[in-house]
Amino acid sequence: MFRNQYDTDVTTWSPAGRLFQVEYAMEAVKQGAAAVGLRSTSHVVLATVNKAASDLSSHQRKVFKIDDHIGVAIAGLTADGRVLSRYLRNECINHAFVYESPLPVSRLVVRLADKAQVCTQRSWKRPYGVGLLVAGLDETGAHLYYNCPSGNYFEYQAFAIGSRSQAAKTYMERRFEAFNNYSRDELIKDAIFAIRETLQGEKLTSSICTVAIVGIGEPFHMIDQKIIQEVIDSVEIKEDAAAADQAPAQDDDKSSEAAPMDI
Amino acid sequence: MAIRGNWMYENNGGTCVAIAGADYCVIAADTRLSVGYSIYTRDYSKICKLADKCVMASSGFQGDLKALQKNLAAKHLIYQHQHNKQMSCPAMAQLLSNTLYYKRFFPYYTFNILGGLDSDGKGCVFTYDAVGSYERVGYSAHGTGAGLIIPVLDNQLKSPSPLLLPAKDAVTPLSEMEAVDLVKDVFASATERDIYTGDKVEILVINASGIRQELMELRKD
Repeated sequence: MFRNQYDTDVTTWSPAGRLFQVEYAMEAVKQGAAAVGLRSTSHVVLATVNKAASDLSSHQRKVFKIDDHIGVAIAGLTADGRVLSRYLRNECINHAFVYESPLPVSRLVVRLADKAQVCTQRSWKRPYGVGLLVAGLDETGAHLYYNCPSGNYFEYQAFAIGSRSQAAKTYMERRFEAFNNYSRDELIKDAIFAIRETLQGEKLTSSICTVAIVGIGEPFHMIDQKIIQEVIDSVEIKEDAAAADQAPAQDDDKSSEAAPMDI
Repeated sequence: MAIRGNWMYENNGGTCVAIAGADYCVIAADTRLSVGYSIYTRDYSKICKLADKCVMASSGFQGDLKALQKNLAAKHLIYQHQHNKQMSCPAMAQLLSNTLYYKRFFPYYTFNILGGLDSDGKGCVFTYDAVGSYERVGYSAHGTGAGLIIPVLDNQLKSPSPLLLPAKDAVTPLSEMEAVDLVKDVFASATERDIYTGDKVEILVINASGIRQELMELRKD
């Protein structure tokens, strides 16, 4: 995308019928670290790559619990993501206060999408520079939605956003038809696999990824680093056994750091 | 049986009691809900768990109590999102006080007792009036049977006056079992003479291992 005379204001259309500022906002999502989501009939798993700005700093927090039955993973401007998470939490709390029942996921994503749309139609605002994968469970089942800075939202069986997400999408495209019948553990494993695809050769350890799950009888929570590392190790053992000439590289990289710090 | 001028509120009767121990806290309330000289239900809980180690019991107008409980639960959820931990009992105590005073000119008609463990693991009881004035004490009682119960607690728990120097711990040296027995005794006594107290008493004991609940039958008349 190149600079042009129609991209200064979000309220300026281009002759081709495009809003460039909104599209630039979606670019910001593509630059963020990867996040993937997968759904079965009973569970939804979110996984993200946690990049730290430097070895000295803590990791960015990219997965947020919104309510017992909903969580989000973000990619893009994490500050925008944090603010939107606060909004989503408020909506859930207010709904539960009035109706004594959890806010259905589909209604939450519509409110989020409407909020994003407002920023595409006010000259004094800018679009949110963050894409959200919303994972939730309600009476109609397990859901995974993607909310765009443009105000669009779609439901997915599986999706990936952020940098090098195409690799994860390709991986999932080959498998998604079976996801509905996956067990909880298979879903987690595939999420970790998908994240590994986005790393493209870089070593996958539990310290650089966050995995969270929500499901029937299981409120939204992050999965413990140790368990993630065990899954990674078991996967790597199988692969090393298959590729017989590689030395069994069992990196006991059990850097069981505390969960990513609150910003 | 609405009295003119008081139509916005109703007193649903009942009594609640709390006693703080060295490493436990006992909170109890009866389960009778009344209006006038009638009983609406014999099985209504006046106790609400606000946080891991923090429980509130209230007598007064149960409609306001329901609203107050929901209000505090929502505020607690926001706190947990922001701070990644549960509220401590003293923090919840201040929050309750502020929430009550917020409606200073249309009060919650509830007389609350907050009980739990403080950050050191010691039992704490906070007692309130309807508009949020509160104090940490060793024991407390509110409601229609309070007048019959407090003198007995004063006698048994020998809580020293806060005016005495040096300031002595207001928490009772009784063991957990003794405190629970005392609570059962005072409720049985109050039930004899107070028409609004009876049916069952719900007793919650908060200690380091969690919250334990007990129900004891009381006279139904």
